[in-house]
Amino acid sequence: MAARFIKKIVPASRTGVAQYSTGVRKVTLIPGHGIGPEITVAVQKIFEAAKVPIEWDEVDVTAVRGPDGKFGIPQRAIDSVNENKIGLKGPLMTPVGKGYRSLNLALRKEFDLYANVRPCKSLDGIKTLYDNVDVVTIRENTEGEYSGIEHEIVDGVVQSIKLITEEASKRVAEFAFQFARENRRKKVTAVHKANIMRMSDGLFLRCCRDLATKYPDIKFEERYLDTVCLNMVQDPSKFDVLVMPNLYGDIMSDMCSGLVGGLGLTPSGNIGKNGALFESVHGTAPDIAGKDMANPTALLLSAIMMLRHLQLNEHADRVQNACYEVLREGKSLTGDLGGTGKCSEYTNAIISKL
Amino acid sequence: MSVISRNVFRALIQGSQHMNKGLHTTAVNSDKNVCFAPQSISTLQASKEGHIKCTLIPGDGVGPELVYSVQEVFKAASIPVDFESFFFSEVNPTLSAPLEDVVNSIANNKICIKGILATPDFSHTGELQTLNMKLRNALDLYANVVHVKSLPNVSCRHKDVDCIIIREQTEGEYSALEHESVPGVVECLKIITAAKSERIAKFAFDYAVKMGRKKVTAVHKANIMKLGDGLFLRSCEEIAKLYPRIQFEKMIVDNCTMQMVSNPNQFDVMVTPNLYGNIVDNLASGLVGGAGVVAGASYSAECAVFEQGARHIFSGAVGKNIANPTAMLLCSANLLAHVNLHAYSKMIKNAVNKVLSDNKVRTKDLGGQSTTKDFTNAIIHSLIHT
Repeated sequence: MAARFIKKIVPASRTGVAQYSTGVRKVTLIPGHGIGPEITVAVQKIFEAAKVPIEWDEVDVTAVRGPDGKFGIPQRAIDSVNENKIGLKGPLMTPVGKGYRSLNLALRKEFDLYANVRPCKSLDGIKTLYDNVDVVTIRENTEGEYSGIEHEIVDGVVQSIKLITEEASKRVAEFAFQFARENRRKKVTAVHKANIMRMSDGLFLRCCRDLATKYPDIKFEERYLDTVCLNMVQDPSKFDVLVMPNLYGDIMSDMCSGLVGGLGLTPSGNIGKNGALFESVHGTAPDIAGKDMANPTALLLSAIMMLRHLQLNEHADRVQNACYEVLREGKSLTGDLGGTGKCSEYTNAIISKL
Repeated sequence: MSVISRNVFRALIQGSQHMNKGLHTTAVNSDKNVCFAPQSISTLQASKEGHIKCTLIPGDGVGPELVYSVQEVFKAASIPVDFESFFFSEVNPTLSAPLEDVVNSIANNKICIKGILATPDFSHTGELQTLNMKLRNALDLYANVVHVKSLPNVSCRHKDVDCIIIREQTEGEYSALEHESVPGVVECLKIITAAKSERIAKFAFDYAVKMGRKKVTAVHKANIMKLGDGLFLRSCEEIAKLYPRIQFEKMIVDNCTMQMVSNPNQFDVMVTPNLYGNIVDNLASGLVGGAGVVAGASYSAECAVFEQGARHIFSGAVGKNIANPTAMLLCSANLLAHVNLHAYSKMIKNAVNKVLSDNKVRTKDLGGQSTTKDFTNAIIHSLIHT
């Protein structure tokens, strides 16, 4: 708690970076539901074989009834992430019904994960209609259309509020430029609809412009959301890093995943003030859970992203190359990629390539 | 057929002469008083004998070039349509015709062909509403229909795409209700009403029935916007019950875009609130060859405005004579079909198909080097009277 308090009063553009050491890092692991446990085991095995200096702190986030009577994340999970500042998470299932908050949303709120990063890159061996995709979508994660403020004014008339603040917009814009610089990206595109929502998206756009002047080495451009949609499906190589408000980011990140082969192949990271959480964004697939048929690629790539975030680049490269090679060979692919391999076979194939 | 219409138009002629005089004064709605013909026929304005009057808005960007192409083709085919042209633009407010004049003209003529209007990020007068929104609201053009269909010889990654996207375009995110509560905090309201949601859902199902389609997909984000999109979704569900022969399906917008790029053939008719419609329209247009080849139309209960499906002004190509007029020509063909000039409509559609199939003349966006003018001429040469 004290550590958390200090974090809050010490201004830092990117927290977490300062505490890296050469020693073993402790990482909170949330296996999740459905196929989650199988794919986390796969990732753990591969990391063990690659001798990645990471110690897993496994926690369960199945909703429990808190002291206020509402269902929420267990305290132990919260403590663990607060302590480790970094986590890896499998898919979570949010029970349908009243009284349950989406666990994903709860985690996001708890750790103030303001930026969602999704690199979408065409993978050799995965055949899609697009073969030159290499874009990163960065999405503002805390406000916009997902502010959750809605009301029915009179019967049959609903008003939903989209909230855009300067603080959050600047924060995510700064992150986008920083990310572009650190990852040697050339260009940042702000995706907006300021011609329609002149004040709210206008504010977001102004914040991006402001930040762009501080990063003269990164090219900055602004595009309308509809133009980006149109151009993205015609020629994805036009884009590099995209930064956008919440809803647009949600739509664009899924669409870009579609270009490279679906959610089973795209990693995702949530970066926040109090830590970072890397996750696979696909569903829990309860129909194939426990049958050793799941595809662990998304979670593995997310874990690799995590290694890069921890500046363990060598290990990240090793695991990534092994994974890419297995995908390229296409021998032990899982069912969703058109193969007949099992999850364990796929895992072992990657381990043998390390 | 032509004899009947000629007689009717003769009856109308007196009224329309009054009309022409009255147009520049205030009595723009006088047709209702001087009309002797039955209402169903009087809905179309006749200027010359047997001619139909149509409002024409060239628009911004490459709009004027594309509209000119349509006019050339109409002239060559001697299609009995007279255009009433208005320069209408938000980026050029001093030259623009007043909104009321344009609205009155469209309300009278019931049909309009329109280039794309540019919508700048800020307005000169500090208004939040764009000119497009004002026009749509004034005429209550609530339904935007975009039929996305793969064209012959337009090389794309996806084959045989054929879906219809129906978009509500008078409320939702495009309500222009925004304010800055305190500096740096902006609220933007999205309005969803049961009445308008039901209206668009009904339109979509009716359209599906009319076009002989099997399935209607409602696109939403009700898992996050539980009340707003929830209301839209519920309205669609209610209406779906009235059409038991049409399959109804719902899909979350992010999943929808993902499915669209990986397997667009699963979609038939889609019905969406305003912003998602904008996204899906453009995405789908991208799948079949871009903004230059997809036609669209906006409908109110009374009139129809034909415009491109993906609205981009293509400002980089202004004056360069390279824009693709296919979309605009298809719009004009749809317009002719709308006013029951089916033979002419077919003629233009066949010509477009022939030029594309011959694969000799193609504009830059389709990988060729031909100019807008070349393409227009090729269409004119391919016009065959049936």
